[in-house]
Amino acid sequence: MRYEAPTTTKEAVSLIAKAKGKSFVLAGGTDLLVKLKSGAVEPDLIVDIKRIEATQSIKKTANGFRIGAAVPGVAMGKSSALKKSWPGVVEAANLIGSDQIQGRCTIVGNLCNASPAADSVPALVAAGAKAVVVGPKGRRTVAVEKIPTGPGKTSLAKGEIIEAITLPKRPAKTGDAYLRFIPRSEMDIAVVSAGVCLTLNGKGKVTKARVVLGAVAPTVVVVPEAAAAIIGTSLDDEALAAMAHACEKACKPIDDMRGTIEFRTDVAGVLARRAAGIAYQRAGGK
Amino acid sequence: MSFDQKFTDQEFKVVGSRPPRPDGVDKVTGRARYGADASAPGQLVARILRSPHAHAVIRKIDTSKAEKLKGVKAVLTSKDLPDLTNGNRGNFDILENCMARDRALYDGHAVAAVAAVDEVTARKALKLIKVDYKILPHVTDVDKAMADDAPIVQPHIAQNNKPSNIANISEFGHGDIEAGFAQADVVIEKSYKTEQTHQGYIEPHACLASVGPDGQGELWVTTQGHFTFRTVCATLLGMDIAKLKVTSSEIGGGFGGKTHVWMEPVALALSRKANRPVKLVMNRDEVFKASGPTCSTSIDVKIGATKDGTVTAASATLRYQDGPFPGPWGMLGAMTSWACYDIANVKSVAYDVLVNRPKVAAYRAPSAPMAAFAVESTMDMVAAEIGMDPVDFRIKNAASEGSKASYGPTYGPIGIGPTLEAVKKHPHMRARLGKNQGRGMACGFWFNFGGQTCVDLNIGVDGTVNLIVGTVDVGGARASMSLIAAEELGIPYDRIKCNIGDTASLGHNDTTEGSRGTFSSGMATIYAARDAIEVMKQRAAKAWEIDVADVEWRDGAAHAVGVAHSNLAPLSLQEIAAKSPTTGGPIAGHNESVADGAGVSFASHICDVEVDPETGATKVLRYTVIQDAGKAIHPDYVEGQFQGGAAQGIGWALNEEYVYGEDGCLKNPGFLDYRIPVCSDLPFIDTEILEIPNPNHPYGIRGVGETSIVPPLAAIGNAVSNAAGVRLNHVPMSPPRILKAIKEQAQG
Repeated sequence: MRYEAPTTTKEAVSLIAKAKGKSFVLAGGTDLLVKLKSGAVEPDLIVDIKRIEATQSIKKTANGFRIGAAVPGVAMGKSSALKKSWPGVVEAANLIGSDQIQGRCTIVGNLCNASPAADSVPALVAAGAKAVVVGPKGRRTVAVEKIPTGPGKTSLAKGEIIEAITLPKRPAKTGDAYLRFIPRSEMDIAVVSAGVCLTLNGKGKVTKARVVLGAVAPTVVVVPEAAAAIIGTSLDDEALAAMAHACEKACKPIDDMRGTIEFRTDVAGVLARRAAGIAYQRAGGK
Repeated sequence: MSFDQKFTDQEFKVVGSRPPRPDGVDKVTGRARYGADASAPGQLVARILRSPHAHAVIRKIDTSKAEKLKGVKAVLTSKDLPDLTNGNRGNFDILENCMARDRALYDGHAVAAVAAVDEVTARKALKLIKVDYKILPHVTDVDKAMADDAPIVQPHIAQNNKPSNIANISEFGHGDIEAGFAQADVVIEKSYKTEQTHQGYIEPHACLASVGPDGQGELWVTTQGHFTFRTVCATLLGMDIAKLKVTSSEIGGGFGGKTHVWMEPVALALSRKANRPVKLVMNRDEVFKASGPTCSTSIDVKIGATKDGTVTAASATLRYQDGPFPGPWGMLGAMTSWACYDIANVKSVAYDVLVNRPKVAAYRAPSAPMAAFAVESTMDMVAAEIGMDPVDFRIKNAASEGSKASYGPTYGPIGIGPTLEAVKKHPHMRARLGKNQGRGMACGFWFNFGGQTCVDLNIGVDGTVNLIVGTVDVGGARASMSLIAAEELGIPYDRIKCNIGDTASLGHNDTTEGSRGTFSSGMATIYAARDAIEVMKQRAAKAWEIDVADVEWRDGAAHAVGVAHSNLAPLSLQEIAAKSPTTGGPIAGHNESVADGAGVSFASHICDVEVDPETGATKVLRYTVIQDAGKAIHPDYVEGQFQGGAAQGIGWALNEEYVYGEDGCLKNPGFLDYRIPVCSDLPFIDTEILEIPNPNHPYGIRGVGETSIVPPLAAIGNAVSNAAGVRLNHVPMSPPRILKAIKEQAQG
């Protein structure tokens, strides 16, 4: 097994593009090292991207935020500007693992690991986040929901890596929230989850909304019907019930050791309803 | 020398105090050496190849490619472990569990092993071993395994001359059940299921084995009973017991799971074959798949009572799943089920049922928690039906001194009544409950055990004392034994250093199980100290040139008794020890004994929970353990045992379970999906120690290690049922099960 730690994204891309056998990108390593240790993967090449400057920081830009691919969860939690703008995204990222894991884990790793239960992904999708993809043919910017294509699978071509995630500037009267269900109180994986981002008008009515579910299908599920159910409302009980119903209809979960189809479907609606309530308050709704 | 084991109600000077634990600094600084922390020059790394099938005939194992791989020093299959068990089926079962013979009996059953120069080579070698399996039908559910058409797990086991998965049927009780139910105003019957759980010790099984061509060997191992491991390993491998030295490492949790050998004979056999030391450490996946969890169960309970709250009859049918080898688990369930109560007509029938899952091992008060879940849940239902407070209902039926226990004996002084009275008085019972919150309580019983013990006590010339005990310290033995030795000798606690002796340095000690450590080693320590005191009295008598009958020992010194000797100043232990080289040599005390008369143990627990009616999630808000300790030698450790058992019980009650797929394979062999509670899942667990002396121990000691895991399943079950408004009868009461029960209740 070869280990490389280039200092530019271009080098990293070139190493992976040219590699024979199995190559893996290492940022925090909180998924990769576990798989390596258990024997689940046997890499021929590991490219550590932590020494690439572009991956190392959170930057406030003219368009919003740019979060480098090697930025650990704890750094997101320490960024007050990011937390103020996108509290749901930061909370979701900070739910991953333990304190020790937070010192290492990254949202790009969470995205590229492509687990349907990834905590940060529904929140990122709800917030309209984009991935900055760099490959042998250059750069492209892709909506986050287009990256995972199924459990453990992504749309990234050979040699492509994600250098950063961008988040837009938070529009006025907008709030986001993320909730997950786990049987424990921490250090667990979402059995079902929901991310909601919504924007209000001056009268406290929802004008725009994104409702996203996790762990109920092979990839995150964006539920426009759920968003439609609350647009134009002040989240009255009827609207919330309709939204929950739309979420339940959008679920295509599996029965597994973490939860049943019935449980995931029921709780998806409950979480979306509760997350919408939090997002509504954050947007300034009363 | 013989000593009286009767309780004497003496005043204590150091017993009952809370000095710092002697292993604390080592454990928090990382200096403590656990199972995987030993190494030897030239050591090899071993790995085990395990069956990916729940049940399969092993037609052929081709190890030739693995043997040819560079760096591989030994490859082992069952052919290298000939049957030396002489018709002893129990030992043969252990051998077969260590390494499958003609059939793989569960997902994870060892089929071959490799010792190589490093981990990578060993892993590569495993992939080169080709096993030709013929897959057989399997069964993993206890009820399905009892059906007539179930696949047979062990063809040699039969009921009524027909192959059967029912290995044992145990029956206990007294009176006339039918007559008792006829007298009842209310009869409630309910069926329960509990899923399989693992002890969840953080330290995996690990050992370093070394066997030479001269037939002598050493084993460093994490174990609860190195003497038992020695006997079993020597027997299976045809070694002389005295030529195998087993040393117990520090232990990172056992809870019964480290009372059984799992892969240690394989490590020894690999070492013998390779003629090199072999280190073998299980990974977490192997710990779950191939080191004994406790049983899953299916239990039916029936209780009849009159309107005044007298239980007139009670019966239980208990089905315990043992894995592929018979154990005593059903019997223990039947014996413990009704032990808290004085019931005129009572009966328990238990079945030990074989399935294609790992061999079941002891888990802290083995079998009692599941029976208590079924019994104590039904007790609450009966109390509700007759409109009586559940605590009063239990007090009315509680066993007391002179009650004939459902499993046979007549009780001496016992703690069930006092723990229930303490529950009634506890402020926890009067705390207000909020919306979606519920309170539950339950009782539990465990036998406790005594057994064989051997202790040495050596006094150094500086007057410090080396105490050597043979019961592995899983829950504070070294601290407790040091306190007891200090008490007897009359010297400060910090002058005692207690070590766990290896098998070459002491006579046989039974395994630390059955809450026996403090009871039995405590007794032997008292006797060994008194033995050394006799020696010191003789040395003093000799120095003073008086009769030893005129010497007495108190406050750490020999005192000459009587007016005739009033001019003789006392001789302290330190003074006697300093002169020992010239007065007869080293001063030592010794005791070997079989400690009979272990005191039975009872506990009552109270808990408050909040259930989210929309998700089925349960939060434990408050938890109180009240238990009889006989005498708490080191109360910190006793409270720790109370809290630890409750914590494990909470995990078991709410989330922990083995999940098997249709293919009979374990789907969650890891701590991510086998959910033991993390710190934030638990409230501070409040404790109250009652001390009702065991009449058969000089200090009144009862075992305290296990009973605390017996009530939690039922206490939480009762609390959750009260909070959710629906009776839960399937453990773990995981969110999907609770939400389903709430929904079904709402739909009528």
